[in-house]
Amino acid sequence: MNIDGILNGYVIDHIQAGKAMQIYRHLKLDKLDCSVAIIKNAKSQRMGRKDIIKIDALIPIDLEVLGYIDPNVTVNVIRDGLRLEKKHLALPERVVNIIRCKNPRCITQIEQDIEHVFVLADRDKGLYRCHYCEVPHKPEERSDF
Amino acid sequence: MMRHMLDITDWSIAELNALMDTADDIIAHPDTYAHTMDRKKIATLFYEPSTRTRLSFEAAMIELGGQVLGFSEASSSSASKGESVSDTVRTVGCYADIIAMRHPKEGAPTVAAQFSPVPIINAGDGGHNHPTQTLADLLTIRREKGRLNRLVVGMCGDLQFGRTVHSLMSAMSRYDGIRFVLISPEELKIPGYLRENMRKQGVPLQEVEKLEDVIGTLDILYMTRVQRERFFNEADYVRLKDSYILDPEKMALARPDLSVLHPLPRVNEISHAVDQDPRACYFKQVLYGKFMREALILKLLEAKA
Repeated sequence: MNIDGILNGYVIDHIQAGKAMQIYRHLKLDKLDCSVAIIKNAKSQRMGRKDIIKIDALIPIDLEVLGYIDPNVTVNVIRDGLRLEKKHLALPERVVNIIRCKNPRCITQIEQDIEHVFVLADRDKGLYRCHYCEVPHKPEERSDF
Repeated sequence: MMRHMLDITDWSIAELNALMDTADDIIAHPDTYAHTMDRKKIATLFYEPSTRTRLSFEAAMIELGGQVLGFSEASSSSASKGESVSDTVRTVGCYADIIAMRHPKEGAPTVAAQFSPVPIINAGDGGHNHPTQTLADLLTIRREKGRLNRLVVGMCGDLQFGRTVHSLMSAMSRYDGIRFVLISPEELKIPGYLRENMRKQGVPLQEVEKLEDVIGTLDILYMTRVQRERFFNEADYVRLKDSYILDPEKMALARPDLSVLHPLPRVNEISHAVDQDPRACYFKQVLYGKFMREALILKLLEAKA
């Protein structure tokens, strides 16, 4: 794969340096048969250092997971070698089965087979709360799920 | 759409006022409501012990002509065999028309509501919510004061862990002209998120350590218990413990139209000598709680007198 040129696929750009593997894992890119390139610590005028992921296929991408991990990334959709669309992401209103509640008193600790739902409580602070017990999941914990 | 009562803030002020209107009408005309729930059943699923809340729900349903079934501790339910909340409510929903649930895990009634074929009432989920206590508090205040706006409300005791305090503040902050006076030791102040919510809503807060300094300014005094083990050090406990015990001396500093509320059970935070004071409303509060639960059952089952 020539990582500079994708015919049909995605370039996930402006990933905070060091988060590419987290995105790789949560988008389950290891399950893909197509080429996937991870560029770590690329130089960036705006960010200093950034990560980039290139995917050589137009597979369905869970933008909510992506927006939750890093709302500042941009997703470039490439078709026939041209950029068709540039998507800016944001923190999603709800995230389902991405993070688990750490509150030992929460029902999710004992109830099997229910969705783990977090609701965005404060967009400015990036604060989510468990849908069930409302205990906050702090923004700084977003990197260690 | 089927409604549930999980969190007091899910219900609008208009809806809460309508519930209180119904409760007032039940108090005035109990016979009119005596058969509104004929052939209906409430299941009280109490995974942890509670005397007054469970009996209040059961008394409420019986007074409406309905019947009750359920369990009063997890060990006598299929939860002891490992059954999930979702399976339990789907099963019980085949037997009962409405379910009141108390559970030690926070959010359990929310899970129940996702799976239940009948309305769920949260009768207390850990330290999280206890909305029907707040309904009792609101009706007590409205009946004692004739209004729920333009009031100075003192909250005294353990304001950090007291779920009834948090729910009542969230509910009352939506009425106009409410000012809270928060009386607690430093380590038991309200949680940061609640202070932030009050700030966003523009609700004035005054935070003090001693009840006697502010009791004379209050319309309502909501007492809760301060447990010794909540203090960080013994010296603070000794210094402050008497500040959180309401006795006739402190009542002498209060206004003649003060109303004293307490979610009960009390231990020693209100001296028994205060019980004779006409300003003590905490046993009326228990009674009003039953009427509010009646009104809630009627509303959730869309029944009319």
